[in-house]
Amino acid sequence: MDGMSFSEFGSVLIMQGFNGLSYFSVLLLMALGLAIIFGQMGVINMAHGEFLTIGAYTTYLLSVLSSTYAPWFESYYFIAAIIVGFGVAFVIGYLVEWLMIRHLYKRPLDSLLATWGLSLIMQQTFRSTFGPKEVSATLPAWLMGSYSPKEGLDIPLNGLFVMALTLALTSAVAAIMFYSRWGLRVRATTQNRAMAGAVGIDTAKIDRLTFALGCGIAGVAGAAFTTIGSTGPTSGSLYIVDTFLVVVFGGAQSLLGTIASAFSIAQTNSTLEFFMTGSIAKVITLATIIGILLLRPEGLFRLRVRK
Amino acid sequence: MNIITPSTASAAGAPAWRAWIPLAALALFILAVLPLCLDLFRLNLVGKYLTYAFVAIGLVLCWGYGGILSLGQGVFFGLGGYAMAMFLKLEASDPESTKIQSTPGIPDFMDWNQITALPALWEPFHSLAFTLLAIVLVPGLMAFVIGVAMFKRRVGGVYFAIMTQAFAAMLSILIIGQQGYTGGVNGITDLKTLNGWDIRTDHAKYVLYFLNAGLLLASVALGQVLLKTKFGKLLLALRDKEERVRFSGYDVAAFKVFIFTLAAVLSAVGGAMFTLQVGFMSPSFVGIVPSIEMVIFTAVGGRLSLVGAVYGSLAVNFGKSYFSESFPQLWLFLMGGLFIAVVMLFPNGLAGLADSVRGAWQKWQARKAGQMTARGAPRTPAPPEDEPAAPTALRVKGGAA
Repeated sequence: MDGMSFSEFGSVLIMQGFNGLSYFSVLLLMALGLAIIFGQMGVINMAHGEFLTIGAYTTYLLSVLSSTYAPWFESYYFIAAIIVGFGVAFVIGYLVEWLMIRHLYKRPLDSLLATWGLSLIMQQTFRSTFGPKEVSATLPAWLMGSYSPKEGLDIPLNGLFVMALTLALTSAVAAIMFYSRWGLRVRATTQNRAMAGAVGIDTAKIDRLTFALGCGIAGVAGAAFTTIGSTGPTSGSLYIVDTFLVVVFGGAQSLLGTIASAFSIAQTNSTLEFFMTGSIAKVITLATIIGILLLRPEGLFRLRVRK
Repeated sequence: MNIITPSTASAAGAPAWRAWIPLAALALFILAVLPLCLDLFRLNLVGKYLTYAFVAIGLVLCWGYGGILSLGQGVFFGLGGYAMAMFLKLEASDPESTKIQSTPGIPDFMDWNQITALPALWEPFHSLAFTLLAIVLVPGLMAFVIGVAMFKRRVGGVYFAIMTQAFAAMLSILIIGQQGYTGGVNGITDLKTLNGWDIRTDHAKYVLYFLNAGLLLASVALGQVLLKTKFGKLLLALRDKEERVRFSGYDVAAFKVFIFTLAAVLSAVGGAMFTLQVGFMSPSFVGIVPSIEMVIFTAVGGRLSLVGAVYGSLAVNFGKSYFSESFPQLWLFLMGGLFIAVVMLFPNGLAGLADSVRGAWQKWQARKAGQMTARGAPRTPAPPEDEPAAPTALRVKGGAA
């Protein structure tokens, strides 16, 4: 790295750190919904990635619709897309829970297989509806370009936006889970289902809403995802293993753990990518996570739950 | 989950040889019926599907009976397959036939990737004996290490499934990324001879088909014998009430490690036979998707039936090749629907269906006999006691919770 001045090197470091933060945001956005569904409810939803894709395609549809029928709406459609993406994913998640998941709570391994089947069906539905090619939503003008505080340092605005959204969503989830009446019921149900039912909590309803909320969050993640990448039928499934690892690595029942593990995985991966090829960086990251989990199966943080 | 399995239930009170009828029927089917009815091309396809059946019967043992769902069986299938492919590739890359390369004597893909000497990892694969050992030992050792690390700490269920999935992801990324050492995404291709014996001739294909079928039948027989022993009973017991088995003084982790390792070794044998019959090995058999597909072969055949798993592998794969050729749009819908239907409606797969049909038939017979003599009716396994009853029981519990 000779010929590179100190300040240039500093810029590279900042940009690299920023890349890590972007990746962290994506991982965390994906993992938030899963932390609720898998962490709180113990359901493995292999179709979680497809709920992300639903959000992404919803955004794409809104982008196309607004540019065809309502050009004045083009700069605001994205805000609407986040809300609609949440709504669509929430409703579909609600239906999936009602039709499928609720019959499988006692058989977690089977719910894994059934939701994998669901993910295949959803992928093919996307492929038949939107075509096998990747599509991208037109970014509103205020998300394009970059912020450059000094020479040689460009921080893309869309990355900043995704980070802000991640921060907002994470705070919202934390607020709902820990400071609302509903969150209290969710936590009560997780910790002791029978007792929660005995004190009058409708645990079946709580399950359904929790699952739907997790899916809705994945929908928001999908909307955010369109600002940094294009959307294809299998976009969501690419991240599914990483996301599960984030949740498991963080300690399945801890929101803080999920955040910490998303951060460490993303930073490790992007730092390693700076020194070696992408695939080896990925392999080393995975191997490290697996190694740590073999030594410490409960993950980084562990919330004590009575079994 | 019911402790009485369909196969033992139907064999209850019957002579012991009755339990071997399904295996004998399977042997007749794959050793005589299929080779006589199909041309060589189709038979070779069957042979390929039967190599997946090795993975499927491994999963019957470790998932159906042991309760350990591994979503990384493709890793072991791939390790076995790659070990075999490395030996064959080295034999196909003798200096004579690779003299146009800039470095003769090394596999062609290494030459394309500017590698000038055979990597040390490849060196021992010049020896057939080493290769055969590696096919069994490498996956076995790997499964053993994973098993010890996980089961000794009582990690199981969904966590184990996710970990095995991460292994599958890691290995496939590694193989694809390290093109010069592994052949990358194309895999190891152009395999020609095994110790000088050309594996591409029609004769060789027949020989390999029967070798493969024989190994498979032997594995099914081994599994059946194993399940009949005390070990088999303990395996079932620990699947259903792990704590009770542990408190009875058994080392639960050791049983789990053993069955997981056995499943891995079976998968690896399947992988090696795949390479021999199909003539190549690629990362598309290692990753997460093929690993999960192999679970569905097992689920369709019946997770509690070793013989069923073989039929399951054949049925799903024939369905796949038929539908993905004729209706490519429909295939994923069908496959996805199959996953959901098998899990939600027929948890015991084809074998479970066959059992309920047989149960209904016996009941009908019994009723007919019962009209004549009320006491002499043969006892039939009551279908509600079998697995298919589980969802109803669960629904009741779920509603009450």
